[in-house]
Amino acid sequence: MTEPFFQVDGLNTWFFTRQGVIKSVRDISFDLRRGEVLGIVGESGSGKSVTGMSIMGQIDEPGRIVSGSISLDGQELTALTFEEMRRYRGRKIAMVFQNPLMTLNPLMRVRDQMYEAISEHEDVSHREMHDRCIEVLKAVGIPSPEERLNAYPHEMSGGMRQRVVIATALLLGPDMIIADEPTTALDVTIQAQIIYHIRRQIDERGLGMIWITHDLSTLSELADRIMVMYAGATMEIGTTEDIIGSSRHPYTRKLLDSVPSRNTPGEKLRQIPGNMPSLLSLEKGCPFASRCERATEICSEPVPATQLSATHRIWCYHPFEG
Amino acid sequence: MLSFVLQRLLQSVVVVFVLSIVLFVGVWLIGNPADILISSEASEADRLAAITALGLDKPLWQQYLIFLGNAVQGDWGTSFVYKEPVTSILLQRLPASLELGLVAFIIAIAVSVPAGLYAGLKPESPLGRGVMAFSLIGVSIPTFWQGMLLIVAFGIALPILPVGDRGQVATHFGITTSLWTLDGWSHVVMPAFSLALLKMSLLMRVTRAATMEISRLDFVKFAYAKGVRGRKVVVRHILRNALVPLITVTGIELANLLAYGVITETVFSWPGLGKLLINSIKVLDRPLIVAQLTYTALLFIFINFIVDILHMSIDPRVKSVLRRAA
Ligand SMILES: Nc1ncnc2c1ncn2[C@@H]1O[C@H](COP(=O)(O)OP(=O)(O)OP(=O)(O)O)[C@@H](O)[C@H]1O
Ligand code: SF4
Ligand SMILES: [Mg+2]
Repeated sequence: MTEPFFQVDGLNTWFFTRQGVIKSVRDISFDLRRGEVLGIVGESGSGKSVTGMSIMGQIDEPGRIVSGSISLDGQELTALTFEEMRRYRGRKIAMVFQNPLMTLNPLMRVRDQMYEAISEHEDVSHREMHDRCIEVLKAVGIPSPEERLNAYPHEMSGGMRQRVVIATALLLGPDMIIADEPTTALDVTIQAQIIYHIRRQIDERGLGMIWITHDLSTLSELADRIMVMYAGATMEIGTTEDIIGSSRHPYTRKLLDSVPSRNTPGEKLRQIPGNMPSLLSLEKGCPFASRCERATEICSEPVPATQLSATHRIWCYHPFEG
Repeated sequence: MLSFVLQRLLQSVVVVFVLSIVLFVGVWLIGNPADILISSEASEADRLAAITALGLDKPLWQQYLIFLGNAVQGDWGTSFVYKEPVTSILLQRLPASLELGLVAFIIAIAVSVPAGLYAGLKPESPLGRGVMAFSLIGVSIPTFWQGMLLIVAFGIALPILPVGDRGQVATHFGITTSLWTLDGWSHVVMPAFSLALLKMSLLMRVTRAATMEISRLDFVKFAYAKGVRGRKVVVRHILRNALVPLITVTGIELANLLAYGVITETVFSWPGLGKLLINSIKVLDRPLIVAQLTYTALLFIFINFIVDILHMSIDPRVKSVLRRAA
């Protein structure tokens, strides 16, 4: 296996609100190789999007990256100036978002929204921008791309729009793409088509991809590795087989149990009883303790990582037997 | 586009027609002008003669038809009080009101849109909070009160601006207005600012709210994620989308400014339409009331029309809805 080109190490991203400090991301570490899809899964509010936005350098006030390192091909991203980071966005790392109805500007033609992704980084002719747009639109399986370029977002279906967004992300040949629930709101067939095209692009272009989702079932088809997050922290990380097939973490097991049946993807995870603890008042111990059936006294102490195998690591005092 | 314009024109004619009936009946219900206009000492014969002269002896529907027939030909009747054609009275007063309203409007927009945009982008910053505080004060101070305060401050205590009246007028390009002269400007700034203050505060809030709401949307995050420069994201993506709600509110506010400067015109003794309307209602000068309110209605219809055209030109969704409807 190739060496990772992208690493996140000990990332902490907090929001300093008037109510107090919201520790949305706590000590997250992972890496990514070319041609690999890392799935990040967890309930709503577990810090998945904040992780993605931290990588993009798009955390807004009152939030900021408190500590940790994010590096791409040896370049430390947290050390870049604002303008340097802007030049990385879209060119080296692209990100696409959840809501297919609002992920394109309703007042601008598709062409202008795609062109601007190029022209903000490179000085190229309209002819060339046009050709590049057509190429990526074809690559994600969009029929009659010429017409789509001329269209406004409301003239296309949700699935088409999401393809346009993914095509836009591919425009400058980035090293990696972060996809924040890009297919959640779409129906199964559309979702499957988009995933098929994305997988092809990843393999062809040797892209790294971070796929953020609620839905473990899509990850089983798409992801090479999976990271499970809860209340801002990593619970478990491993290959897809490690997580889907042989997870030993109580929280991951709960997540797996609540996976919706195959014919209703896009639906949010069925609720696990209880609520996630407030991120304002986290204790030092395992954040899942209040909802965990296996919890004991020791679980209120900081949880160390346990390396189960070369690929599989969990944070739990009482894992299930293998 | 053309069919849209025609459709709107037709609609407007119907609206104005219905409105004129309502107005006519409404003013008739308020009271009989004969009671006010004719001195109580007048003899019965004089009284009847006066009523006939004013056309008040005919049944209401006949009075209306006569009015309508004349109005279509551009004759809006003769003021009961001034004994002058209503149109010429209006035309004398109109420029002053338009001047005041337009200057107030420009002040309101020039301040509120940039300030609201900034406050929406940085709601937690000191300046952003300052904008909010200002707008809160702006909406809570009564117009007549802040107007008088301004007069006291800049007209009396620190006498740098003249108070009352419109100042010198001049005519260029066939337009007679005080805005051609420096003296005119010195007269208009204070009342215009006073008139603008409330609208400014309102528009600030609308701009701020729209900016905040749009900044949260995925396409803005996506624009940043594409590496688009901050200023371009603000102008192309945030501001452009914020204009959609802003144009609607701005249109209504502009119409309000041009039509209802009554309080400000009174406080600053501005020779515009506002005071005229109040006076005509007091003495039940029916032709003048009907003409002024019809003017107001036309103003609203016209501005609404402009608002729709603007919406169509910036929002492709509106265009396609209208195309389907037409
Ligand atoms: N701008 C912000 N200000 C304050 N808190 C924030 C902000 N953005 C995110 N948070 C907090 O960070 C936490 C994690 O949010 P995040 O959006 O990463 O969750 P998520 O895992 O992506 O959830 P979802 O599945 O619902 O998208 C949330 O509890 C949220 O309250
Ligand atoms: S550490 Fe304790 S509370 Fe946390 S998941 Fe494991 S058993 Fe449950
Ligand atoms: Mg999210």
